[in-house]
Amino acid sequence: MAERVFMKGTEAIAEAAVRAGCRFFAGYPITPQNEIPEYMARRLPEVGGQFVQGESEVASVNMLYGAASTGIRAMSSSSSCGISLYSEGVSYCASARIPMVYVNVQRGGPGIGAIQPAQQDYMQATKASGNGGFRMIVLAPDSVQECVDMVYEAYDLAERDQNPVLVLTDGVMGTMMEPVVLPPMKTDEELAECRAKFMPRAIVGHPLGQQAYCRPGSVGDGQEKANIEAAALYETWDKDIRVEEFMMDDAEIVFAAYGISARISRAVVRELRAQGVKAGMIRPRHIEKPRFQQSQGYNRRRNVYPCTDEMGYRLCYPGQMPCQGSPEIRRISPDKRSGNEGRTGIH
Amino acid sequence: MERNLMIAGFGGQGVMTMGKLLAEATSQATDLNVTFFPSYGAAMRGGTANCYVVISDDLIGAPVSYSLEDLIVMNGPSLHKFIDNLKPGGTLFVNSTIVTDPIERDDIKVIEAPVTQMAIDIKNERALNVIMLGVYVGATDAVPEDVIIKGIEHKFEKKPKLIEPNVEAFKMGLEIGRKQK
Repeated sequence: MAERVFMKGTEAIAEAAVRAGCRFFAGYPITPQNEIPEYMARRLPEVGGQFVQGESEVASVNMLYGAASTGIRAMSSSSSCGISLYSEGVSYCASARIPMVYVNVQRGGPGIGAIQPAQQDYMQATKASGNGGFRMIVLAPDSVQECVDMVYEAYDLAERDQNPVLVLTDGVMGTMMEPVVLPPMKTDEELAECRAKFMPRAIVGHPLGQQAYCRPGSVGDGQEKANIEAAALYETWDKDIRVEEFMMDDAEIVFAAYGISARISRAVVRELRAQGVKAGMIRPRHIEKPRFQQSQGYNRRRNVYPCTDEMGYRLCYPGQMPCQGSPEIRRISPDKRSGNEGRTGIH
Repeated sequence: MERNLMIAGFGGQGVMTMGKLLAEATSQATDLNVTFFPSYGAAMRGGTANCYVVISDDLIGAPVSYSLEDLIVMNGPSLHKFIDNLKPGGTLFVNSTIVTDPIERDDIKVIEAPVTQMAIDIKNERALNVIMLGVYVGATDAVPEDVIIKGIEHKFEKKPKLIEPNVEAFKMGLEIGRKQK
């Protein structure tokens, strides 16, 4: 087995991207993701890549659009309110079907919010990362190792679908250090193959007939056709959905969680089991579609906390920040469990 | 078994370095899961610093906890700020050179070590954190002592002159920790 290294989440994300072949990064500083551009500024020149500190988020996402449309593996990262500023660019990338990868290291909101970790961008990430009703694959890691694995995989998914991919993590995962096993560095040959495959898009447009840039009215009546094709693509994602099931065999109370909340839920499930409560957890690793609930029969169980659109909120206490600065587990008193399981499980 | 530790003190006492050394050494020399989480948010020179280390043979939940098994306080303000976060039956490690206030809980175990003075005595003032890490490992056996010694060797790979004094400092701490086990 490859050697374990002890890395901070943000730096591990950056290194994983470089190993996946990322050779262009543009970003603008914002806590808690600053170590990603910091790491990239040092690392990319070592592998012949380019780092740009954009003058703004809007500039950065459009540089990402430009770089990714040439077939090069590129990345940008930001945090919550910065990601809001990406909306226009991401929507344009989705329209032009650009295989780009970006990372949201979530912090508190709304507005400028707080630098503390949060998971409030679930709805934005999965439903409306920009205008026009497009969707993206959204990967939600719950450990530094998964941050690495998912960033590495994100490029393959983005290129397969010719569509943006978002890695949705949070300030806890970005800040904490954990042991990770890093994937191998993609060779120049492998990267050349990718470039050869996607380079022509920038000139002749991709198979759907769109060009790799957007002009008002440029697609005309073709927009409806393009949207239908895109919708067909989104339908194919059901087969990708991967769900972790934790102690689900006989579970009567089920937590649905992703990212940092899933780590905490797993610990809560263990604690509840020790008290004799049949608790379990489901954790989607892809969160763009919560359809696994129907497809895998979770709704037939009793006392299930449905893993629906408001999943992010189900685990929150007032204030909607499931891990407000201090993702701790406090004692769960039995009286709080009666009648309102799950909602009061995490304080 | 999951074991969590918080280390708190002034910036400059090597609080982060201590936590990172423990966590990184554990990551390198064992198969255990380990997380390191630094104090979050704005900070200033001379202000307070703290970090969390969780070590477990299973998947780790939250890397932060307000229900601590072990707490190391390197200065007075940290004692008052965090002592209530210690579980009943938990262990408090005190830098008794600086922290002279009485400990106002009787449901915890207290281990005292004058690490600041000890570091001055051995003319290695910056090693107070390594001494305290020795006290912690000696009293808890959270990880085998070899793990930390290897970690020190790794950390000072490029400054080999510093390995010996730091290992010595660590062993001084180990002794104190073992005596109060």
